[in-house]
Amino acid sequence: MSGSRSETMDAVFIDIELDEPAKSDPELAKKLEEVCTVGIFKASDAGTEIVQGQLDECVLCYLCVDACPAGAMRIIKKYEN
Amino acid sequence: MENHGGPIDGSIVTVPPGFTKDAVIEAIANGIKLLVIVTERIPRGDVAGMVEFADLHDARIIGPNCLGLIVPEVCKMGGIGGPAKDAAKSYKPGVVGVMSRSGGMTTEISSSLTAAGLGVSTAVSIGGDAIIGSTYAELMPYFEADEQTQAIVIYTEPGGRMEAQLAEWKQENNSRLPIVAFMAGKFMDDDEMQGMSFGHAGTIVEGKEDSAKEKIVRLEAADIKVVERIDEIPEAVKERIAK
Amino acid sequence: MIFYEYEARKIVELAGIPVTKYGFCQTADEARKVAEEIGGPTVIKSQVLTGGRMKAGGVQFADTPDEAAKHAEDILKLEINGHMPVGVLVDPKAEVKQEYYASVVWDGTAKKPLMLFSDMGGIDIEQVAEEHPDHVGRGHISNLLPVGDYEAKQVIAATGVTGSQLNRATPILAKLARLFRDNDMILAEINPLAELTDGSFVALDAHMEMEEEAVGRQKQLLRQELGIAEEDTRDNYVPSEFEKNVKAIDAADHRGVIQGKDHGFDGNLGLVIGAGGGSLTLTDAVRNQGGKPANYSEIGGNPSVAKACGLAKEVLKKDGVEKIAVMMSIVSNTRVDIVARGVIKACLELGKDPADTIAIFRIPGAWEDEGNKILDYYGVEYCDRTVSLWDAAGRAVAKIQGAAA
Repeated sequence: MSGSRSETMDAVFIDIELDEPAKSDPELAKKLEEVCTVGIFKASDAGTEIVQGQLDECVLCYLCVDACPAGAMRIIKKYEN
Repeated sequence: MENHGGPIDGSIVTVPPGFTKDAVIEAIANGIKLLVIVTERIPRGDVAGMVEFADLHDARIIGPNCLGLIVPEVCKMGGIGGPAKDAAKSYKPGVVGVMSRSGGMTTEISSSLTAAGLGVSTAVSIGGDAIIGSTYAELMPYFEADEQTQAIVIYTEPGGRMEAQLAEWKQENNSRLPIVAFMAGKFMDDDEMQGMSFGHAGTIVEGKEDSAKEKIVRLEAADIKVVERIDEIPEAVKERIAK
Repeated sequence: MIFYEYEARKIVELAGIPVTKYGFCQTADEARKVAEEIGGPTVIKSQVLTGGRMKAGGVQFADTPDEAAKHAEDILKLEINGHMPVGVLVDPKAEVKQEYYASVVWDGTAKKPLMLFSDMGGIDIEQVAEEHPDHVGRGHISNLLPVGDYEAKQVIAATGVTGSQLNRATPILAKLARLFRDNDMILAEINPLAELTDGSFVALDAHMEMEEEAVGRQKQLLRQELGIAEEDTRDNYVPSEFEKNVKAIDAADHRGVIQGKDHGFDGNLGLVIGAGGGSLTLTDAVRNQGGKPANYSEIGGNPSVAKACGLAKEVLKKDGVEKIAVMMSIVSNTRVDIVARGVIKACLELGKDPADTIAIFRIPGAWEDEGNKILDYYGVEYCDRTVSLWDAAGRAVAKIQGAAA
């Protein structure tokens, strides 16, 4: 492999989509940070940030999806395409 | 205990090593007769103390460092085989008693017995530590008394003299149950794999009985069939039952 | 945890067992001073964690303090079996009338500590037990009840020792048994236990080993009394790069456990395997079918994707590794899909094709359906619980041999 490339890649298996306005809701952001056991969500005043480096650790518990308004969040398994 | 409605038959202990001895003694002192200790890395002195206390109270300890035991479709104590629906895939009721020093291998072997149509009467993950509550030989009388059980399979590894104890038990008790053994870790006998050896004082107790090769010789001398390959277990059991 | 002789003597001394007036020294000057204080002939002993000191010249006798200093200087520079001494012990040369042997060890079958005593001390106890079994006394002690002096006395009397010798040796063996229990030892040995010409008994040499699992709760003895630093683990084992890296990956994340060893392995088939028993079974199965493992490993306790990935990467980075076999006995806690993600990610991050690099994936159990979807997507060959560990290992070996041909 080329020497310049970083050894750690972005998510390979899992992607998470979170629609507006839920994404900008700081309250929801806090809730998401709390329910996720593998640290995929980071809360700030601006709302939810999805930590790319943690996406592949997703254990498919769907607690985050349950925490969101119906239909606002989708977990995409890239290997199901 | 007072707040619990009815009698308690057993206890599964998963508290960290520093608290295990107290938890076990509490349970036994309150009349519980069967304990499964899942916790690992408990100092030997604590384990031996719990076992001695259990003996004084006619209680039995399984483990530590084990996954528990299962009577397929009847009951399960501990994480053995995973959640009930997963356990059901590997454990079907049948005629073989399984005892294993490795938790994962208890399920692996039981699964092969289930697939071969033999099934499992009771499977016990006895634990991987140097000192455990119940050894193969100490559990044999229970299997001997269990009408459903027609044969025994044990999974074993180098270290300790539990297999020698089983061989002695088999010879002394004229057991009705044929035993099939599988020994893993034979590669550890190789010179380049030798790790820390026991001190002299240790070896006069354990003798040379703890290498894989020595154990196999001892088991075979007691008419315990030692299979070379893990996948040979079901056939060996069938042959022995047919004898 | 194993102890140096000077520490073992201190442990014995703390338990109230008589020892000679010894001194631990790290320079020739210190050795001279101790010899002066002793004021007679001395023995200078190398402090190393290995046997065969006497043969290697690590034990010398001196008549004067100057001689003691000279010997100390030489011994401090003397490497024994690859070990440099941490110092020397300067001991008065004892006038010994008879040498005895006393120890306490674990008896795993009885599940109790076992006291051993012999009136033939100073030599290898294994040899005594074999050639003169009537000269070895044995007796178990309780793990709950106090150890009675009478119990020690019975063990000693069994070797034929009587009279004042029996009375003097009894409290020593009883104290040794108590210290074994109180300090979580797995070996507590005094050899020789010497009867001096004046009739008194002293411990002339001692060997102690503490159970690793108990080190955390023996801080008082280890840190306060013996002054052993936390990072001083006495582990003589020098880990390889691979072993060090795997250990670091394991320590970085609390989820699950991975272990990796490659001491004694140098093959071309990397093993990403688990759990304890499964790993032993699989390593045998690979070797017995002509495969050459590049390493040994254990995965357990449901590790994170990062951990599984880290282990697989380390295995793949090893010299000569062409493919990896990912195999476990049926899992109930560790998740198949998480391990699948980890090993595939390792391949991708190293620029390798998972389908070509993973010789076989055989982990049946929790979340296997999800795992299979991932493996299908990347074209990795996998098998379920109907394929035995032996056959799975055989498939991996066949694949790598086919690739090499």
